[in-house]
Amino acid sequence: MKQEFVEKIKHNPDYIKLVKIRTQYAMRLTITMLVIYFIFILTIAFKPALLAATINETSVITIGIPIGIFVIVIAFVLTGLYTRRANSEFDDLTKKIKNSLVDENNE
Amino acid sequence: MNNKAFLFLILGSLGLLASDTIDGEITKQALNIPAIIMFVIFVGATLGITYWAAKRTKSPKDFYTAGGGITGLQNGMAIAGDYMSAASFLGISGLVYLKGYDGLIYSIGFLVGWPIILFMIAEPLRNLGKYSFADVASYRLRQAPIRILAAFGSIATVILYLIAQMVGSGKLIQLLFGLQYEVAVILVGVLMILYVTFGGMLATTWVQIIKAFLLLSGATFMAVMVMSHYNFSFEALFSDAVAIKGSAIMSPGGLIDDPISAISLAIALMFGTAGLPHILMRFFTVSDAKEARKSVFYATGFIGYFYMLTFIIGFGAIVMVYQNPEYLDLVKQAIDGGSPILGGNNMAAIHLSHAVGGDFFLGFISAVAFATILAVVSGLTLAGASAISHDLYASVIKGGDADHHKEMRVSKIATVVLGVVAIILGIMFEKQNIAFVVGLAFAIAASANFPVLILSMYWSKLTTRGAVIGGSLGLATAVVLVLLGPIVWVDILGNTEAIFPYKYPALFSVSMAFISIYLISKTDNSSAAKEERAKFEAQFIRSQTGIGAEGASEH
Repeated sequence: MKQEFVEKIKHNPDYIKLVKIRTQYAMRLTITMLVIYFIFILTIAFKPALLAATINETSVITIGIPIGIFVIVIAFVLTGLYTRRANSEFDDLTKKIKNSLVDENNE
Repeated sequence: MNNKAFLFLILGSLGLLASDTIDGEITKQALNIPAIIMFVIFVGATLGITYWAAKRTKSPKDFYTAGGGITGLQNGMAIAGDYMSAASFLGISGLVYLKGYDGLIYSIGFLVGWPIILFMIAEPLRNLGKYSFADVASYRLRQAPIRILAAFGSIATVILYLIAQMVGSGKLIQLLFGLQYEVAVILVGVLMILYVTFGGMLATTWVQIIKAFLLLSGATFMAVMVMSHYNFSFEALFSDAVAIKGSAIMSPGGLIDDPISAISLAIALMFGTAGLPHILMRFFTVSDAKEARKSVFYATGFIGYFYMLTFIIGFGAIVMVYQNPEYLDLVKQAIDGGSPILGGNNMAAIHLSHAVGGDFFLGFISAVAFATILAVVSGLTLAGASAISHDLYASVIKGGDADHHKEMRVSKIATVVLGVVAIILGIMFEKQNIAFVVGLAFAIAASANFPVLILSMYWSKLTTRGAVIGGSLGLATAVVLVLLGPIVWVDILGNTEAIFPYKYPALFSVSMAFISIYLISKTDNSSAAKEERAKFEAQFIRSQTGIGAEGASEH
């Protein structure tokens, strides 16, 4: 990439906004996933009995099972959330940045 | 069961996730005719696809990335096909069958790396790279040393993984189809060489898509048959299972009992997944970042769904296979007591397929298991071949100026060589304990490939010196700690006490890599380092926006 492009894009408000919101959103989702997973795995390491309680008195199903399924589902949901926002909002911003380059070149 | 035996078992099952080791002595089965017919149909269809793909595979770009025209949904399915090995199918359902809840814990560990790949890696990887993750790592650093390190990490990961797959496939096929071990290994090796040399990434992708579809359909059918037996009541299924095996199977059973191992295993699985060369390579088959994101979204869905099915299948096997005299290994039972099933616990899903669908469905699932192995080894070999032809030959030896025809030739020769090496190692390791192999592959991916890749994307101060020395130290630490750890040092080499007490080195080797890369880069004041830092800005803009990235299929 040519240095003039770099300078132009670097100061483009849309680019600054894109980097900021994307970084924030990706970090937030990453931390959410890590926190959920590490709580789960450390509960298993330290207090496995917590997951061994049954969901009600008559059932054999332990709360560990819906919680485990929840971790799988949440992993999928988080990828869905990111993909939806990135494929609309972030890509729109990217397009605007690219268009601004083309426009200036045509002037 | 005592603690050590249990740890060993768990480790064994880590191996199984990709190695399909079948425990116990294997008695060759009678020829399984429906399975062989269905397998021949699969091989015929995939060779047809290879023929079709061969005509469309002309340039290195076609060979490595299928021309970059795969859609997000197709790629998501293919990623799932790459990741769901016969081993995760048989190994995890076998672990659920044996230990219940612990199987679920295991599969969750293999899933949580995916969201992280999406949030941190998929887009910059697609925007910066062309054919391999080394393209990204070497984007602003010195080509030769970085590519050599990356190729070394890739080839080590690929070969370890291949050993596990080949040994597992030989044993599985011996058991399912009644073929001799060597014949089975050679058959897998030859088919894989055919797919990859002639059909490249396009054929490999479609083999993976078809296999993922067959595997998901077969597993869905089994889970539905199990549930319909219980009028779709989980309570009824679990009650029956508890009545057979006791309530311990419903809760964590000591899979992970010390926090260091827990964290170390979590790091190995998460960062290891994000450093597997055959997985990373798949992101270059789509046209842009948008499709790359969709790939991960679909792949996570398929893989998560698959792990839920294996949970039901494992419990289904408890109620339908366990204690069913038809599937019991009577010889073993006479000696050891209990209810051992034929071929060991990892055959639980295979026996269940017979229990719910008879000989025909058993044949189908057996053929799917074989297809699964073929798809996984093909993806691995392609990634290994591209590390040799693209990173070492074209970029290092030819300085990025290789003739396309020659590069293609090198990649094909590399594929054949890797295939032959895989066959030889597969036969050599038949009787060896390979439980450590996949764990080591994940550890190397997490400690060498991943730190260099992620820091090259996000850390402006990274220098060649830091990446090369730190990445090598991470790799060496992982290898040494595995060798000195309980599995190799005690269980294989027969020493009484492990020098390094933990089974999973990732916490230590990954920290070693990050800390040394940081310190060495920070103190690197060479003029080359200054230049490399100055180039970060342009690289970051491209990684964020895709501006300057190679477009889709441009021929």
